[in-house]
Amino acid sequence: MNPVNYLYLAALLFTIGASGVLIRRNAIVVFMCIELMLNACNLAFVAFSRMHGNLDGQIIAFFTMVVAAAEVVVGLAIIVSLFRSRHSASVDDASLMKL
Amino acid sequence: MSFPLLTATAALPAIGAIATAAVPAARRTAAKWLALLVSLATLALAVVVLVRFDPDGDRYQLTESHAWIKDFGVRYELGVDGIAVALIALTALLIPFVILAGWHDADPLETHSSRWRPTQGFFALILGVEAMVIISFEATDVFLFYIFFEAMLIPMYFLIGGFGDRAHAGSDEHAAAQRSYAAVKFLLYNLAGGLIMLAAVIGLYVVAGNFSLQEIAEARANGSLDMATNTERWLFLGFFFAFAVKAPLWPLHTWLPNAMGEATAPVAVLITAVVDKVGTFAMLRFCLQLFPEASKWATPAILVLALISIIYGALLAVGQRDIKRLVAYASISHFGFIIMGIFAMTSQGQSGATLYMVNHGISTAALMLVAGFLITRRGSRLIADYGGVQKVAPVLAGTFLIGSLATLSLPGLAPFVSEFLVLIGTFARYPVIGIIATFGIVLAALYTLVLYQRTMTGPVKPEVSAMPDLKVRELAVVAPLIALLIFLGVYPKPLTDIVNPAVKQTMSDVHKKDPKPEVEAAK
Amino acid sequence: MENLIALLVAAPLLGAAVLLCGGRRLDPVGHWIGTVLASASFVIGAILFADMLGKDEEHRALAQHLFSWIPVEGFQADIAFQLDQLSMTFVLLITGVGSLIHVYSIGYMEHDERRRRFFGYLNLFLAAMLLLVLADNYLLLYVGWEGVGLASYLLIGFWQHKPSAATAAKKAFLVNRVGDMGLSIAIMLMFTTFGTFAFGPVLEATGETGEGKLTAIGLMLLLAACGKSAQVPLQSWLGDAMEGPTPVSALIHAATMVTAGVYLIVRSGEIFNAAPDAQLVTTVVGAVTLLFGAIVGCAKDDIKKALAGSTMSQIGYMILAAGLGPIGYVFAIMHLVTHGFFKAGLFLGAGSVMHGMNDEVDMRKYGGLRKHMPVTFVTFGLGYLAIIGFPGLSGFFSKDKIIEAAFAKGGTEGWILGGVALLGAAITAFYMTRVMLMTFFGEKRWQPDEHGHEPHPHESPKSMTIPMIVLAFGSVFAGGFFGIGDRFLHWLEPVTEHTHGHPPIGATTVTLSTMVVLVIGVGLAYLQYGRRPVPVVAPRGSLLTRAARRDLLQDDFNHVVLVRGGEHLTRSLVYVDHTLVDGVVNGTAASMGGLSGRLRKLQNGYARSYAVSMFGGAAILIAATLLMRAV
Repeated sequence: MNPVNYLYLAALLFTIGASGVLIRRNAIVVFMCIELMLNACNLAFVAFSRMHGNLDGQIIAFFTMVVAAAEVVVGLAIIVSLFRSRHSASVDDASLMKL
Repeated sequence: MSFPLLTATAALPAIGAIATAAVPAARRTAAKWLALLVSLATLALAVVVLVRFDPDGDRYQLTESHAWIKDFGVRYELGVDGIAVALIALTALLIPFVILAGWHDADPLETHSSRWRPTQGFFALILGVEAMVIISFEATDVFLFYIFFEAMLIPMYFLIGGFGDRAHAGSDEHAAAQRSYAAVKFLLYNLAGGLIMLAAVIGLYVVAGNFSLQEIAEARANGSLDMATNTERWLFLGFFFAFAVKAPLWPLHTWLPNAMGEATAPVAVLITAVVDKVGTFAMLRFCLQLFPEASKWATPAILVLALISIIYGALLAVGQRDIKRLVAYASISHFGFIIMGIFAMTSQGQSGATLYMVNHGISTAALMLVAGFLITRRGSRLIADYGGVQKVAPVLAGTFLIGSLATLSLPGLAPFVSEFLVLIGTFARYPVIGIIATFGIVLAALYTLVLYQRTMTGPVKPEVSAMPDLKVRELAVVAPLIALLIFLGVYPKPLTDIVNPAVKQTMSDVHKKDPKPEVEAAK
Repeated sequence: MENLIALLVAAPLLGAAVLLCGGRRLDPVGHWIGTVLASASFVIGAILFADMLGKDEEHRALAQHLFSWIPVEGFQADIAFQLDQLSMTFVLLITGVGSLIHVYSIGYMEHDERRRRFFGYLNLFLAAMLLLVLADNYLLLYVGWEGVGLASYLLIGFWQHKPSAATAAKKAFLVNRVGDMGLSIAIMLMFTTFGTFAFGPVLEATGETGEGKLTAIGLMLLLAACGKSAQVPLQSWLGDAMEGPTPVSALIHAATMVTAGVYLIVRSGEIFNAAPDAQLVTTVVGAVTLLFGAIVGCAKDDIKKALAGSTMSQIGYMILAAGLGPIGYVFAIMHLVTHGFFKAGLFLGAGSVMHGMNDEVDMRKYGGLRKHMPVTFVTFGLGYLAIIGFPGLSGFFSKDKIIEAAFAKGGTEGWILGGVALLGAAITAFYMTRVMLMTFFGEKRWQPDEHGHEPHPHESPKSMTIPMIVLAFGSVFAGGFFGIGDRFLHWLEPVTEHTHGHPPIGATTVTLSTMVVLVIGVGLAYLQYGRRPVPVVAPRGSLLTRAARRDLLQDDFNHVVLVRGGEHLTRSLVYVDHTLVDGVVNGTAASMGGLSGRLRKLQNGYARSYAVSMFGGAAILIAATLLMRAV
């Protein structure tokens, strides 16, 4: 199968993730969409790795996974503590950071 | 290594400032005396500088040079030429009078708590300004100069904003608002100028590779440092803008009346007689030496602006209702003369401009300090609130008259010498500008005499009828200044001897020769 | 001998310094210090004069160099004096008449608590005037020139509590400053033309430059002279200057101040000789002022203001003579000296009258005073006869010569100038007779003032009458002494040069016609003021009279154009400075504030809007990168 098709898929997934981040208000869903974007990138990396015949892309994909895992830990912790204090997981409720 | 005299002259008031600030709250009078003694000691050091300086010697004397920020070639380089010596002497001379005149200006009001220490702060700030002004006159490293040129703003800001004139027409809140407006305006104007200058300083470093005034000037003179015409012009404008704000030149002048009006009279003297002189001094030292070609290129425009300053400042002084603002606009007019003299590019003009800086310092100090005494007595700055003071306080009126006469450049008093030199120096190269500038002397007579007439003559107003005459302390401030005005008006030779060689150097920096008189040229 | 010259100036200067700085301790002796030092100056002048007479004509000039004043590259100004015959004449006039006025003031100012200060100012006045005539360069002359302005400012405004006096003083100084501007421009022109402004080098080098330059210098010097000597168009200060105490008026009008302009022109003779256009303007100014002053003098009811108009007119004669060139210089100075005597006498007489009349100045409230003040009447009368040019008295010799010289100018100009001078003589006779008749003849017209005090005219004390008597002697004999045998001419000729003019009509004809106009003037005045009683309230008068009472509307013109216009200008400039110049800056600050206020709204706190800007930014960056690649 033509590896370019994987890239199309990655672009599609990334777009879905991006729109989710921008449109959805539930923090968990936004978070999942960010994961989706990361994974879309991973897919693209792996596809490039296959196309160029070296391992660079796969190595970076592992890095991304590590970063994503760390991010999940911090991010979920924030969301949980937000939920505890406000009883809501809507990102719009946390709009106090403004001038 | 010889004794670092120049460093000591600047460091003494700096140390004195810290010491004064550290005096405990209850010992206010001690703080005043300490400040006065430090300023007198500084004056003594300045006199030593004056004596050690040899007018016929090298251009820069008493030099000190140490590496400072090696990576950028910034050095701690000091040195004085005749012009700097004269201005250091002026600064050191005026500060004791400023301190003495402001003796009670910062006494805490009864409402303040006992831990409040405004007096210490006031005198410490004055000494701090003195230290920075003196080192600005001494610095021959562009970066070093820049630092103190800008740092001066900090104590000045607090002096204007924190210790305003208590004689205010409005309520306390209104006064405070006016004062902070004046202080912020002062700060913003000068910061804006300073930032543009910073850009030019960096630009100069990029072009020249170091900050040393002497090295760059020398390289410029012998042709080893070539600047593109446009580069030179932009750098010149960057420097000039900062100095023109400080000086101040029309149309960058509007901060001065606010600042001088809201500050106490001694601080107003500090602004116009001391701090502003750094601006005009720097034009002579930095603009002309570093960028001779660009200076010549900009001369016509600058002369026109200076001319506008002269006439415009004088006309506005006529229209003022507030004594201190009137003096401020008069100063704008006088700064126009100084700048005109510098850029006329003749020996007479530049010597005149340098003398003018000194004489204007003394004459404005005399007029403004007496005006301050007057204002303190009556509690009002408005001219209309006075009348007939001559009758109740003849000595005060007499000294005020002499200050006014000095401001209008009466022959026999020092400012006449400098003003006439500037006029004749300008006229020699630019007759039309010289003639228009002479109208300034008529206008000067108008605003000073109108001021004198409205405040001092006529029937005695009931509010001033119990006004006491000058006290001993106040007389001790005014009398020496007046004596100096008369002395320098009759015998300015000691001053011209110091200034002349430096002016000759500057003239050769810009490759200009005096125009020959017609009869001689024909031969 | 030459070392004494500085002492001439130093003596009164010392007096001024001591009296003004000395404080109240000196009050009881202040007037004596002042008088003694002024007289000391006169004595020194007399010694120098005696010494000068002992030398032959060519070696009479003395010079004294004190020190270098402003040494600057290419610019040399010295404190140096020169004393030649011209300066000597002035020195004797200034110190002589000046000392008499000092003596007179002892009595006149007896009841003024600030008498010490008054004498300090008088001494300052003398010192400045002496500096003016003794300077050997134009810049030092300028110092004296402005010093005279300062002293007159202080003296005219001596009674500062009167707003009118303070205003008059300020006006005098300001108008003089306009003239001073002319002098400073003249000095600048000399500097760029000759490279110096010392009398000797400048006046010797006049041949080496073009006429245009010299005309410019001459006109600027004339402007200066107009200011000091109260010539049209800068004459307006003189009338108001009467606000000062009367001895001051005498000093200003006779010995100092107004004579400075004549001195300046005569001193700069070589410049004017080489600039005929400037000379022409000078004569025109002189002729116009001559008539102007005379007409104003006819209409004033204030005795001092009438005399002020007369001074203006007489100085006009001198300026006219000075403008004629070498045929007139000597006569200008001669008239100046004789005028110094009789005008000082007249003013002191007027002061004496006022002294006896509770400071009343309105001549309509005098009348018949000759019985009450015989000494004043006689001395004033002799001064009167001298000024109208009664044969044999001082004015006759000096004025006659000027009229003759005016005719000798030649051509139409000569006829016009001569005619004007003759007409002036007629009007002089008219207004001076008027003053004389209204004051000393007729019935008494004074009435009790609002407090019910009726004036009791009485003769003044000796300290006042003696100077008047001395001056009356001068008024009678000075002209004859100078004029007969051309003594004065021979004395001044080495300095000012002299060429004999040839008037188109003979000298006798000129003298005769002068006599005729004199009789006409006196006769007309007698018909109007001698035969008929003088009304106490001034009649409305003709249009010209009313205009002349207001100084021919010159003040009104000044007020409307300069004062009002200036007020509007400064007021609008204050507004412009506040709204426009400051407005631009404040506007910048305000628009910055507005802009940041708007930008602030972008920070709304919603995470998704930050995300949008992030994505948007990323998209723009990528697009830009791609675009750059494509290009």
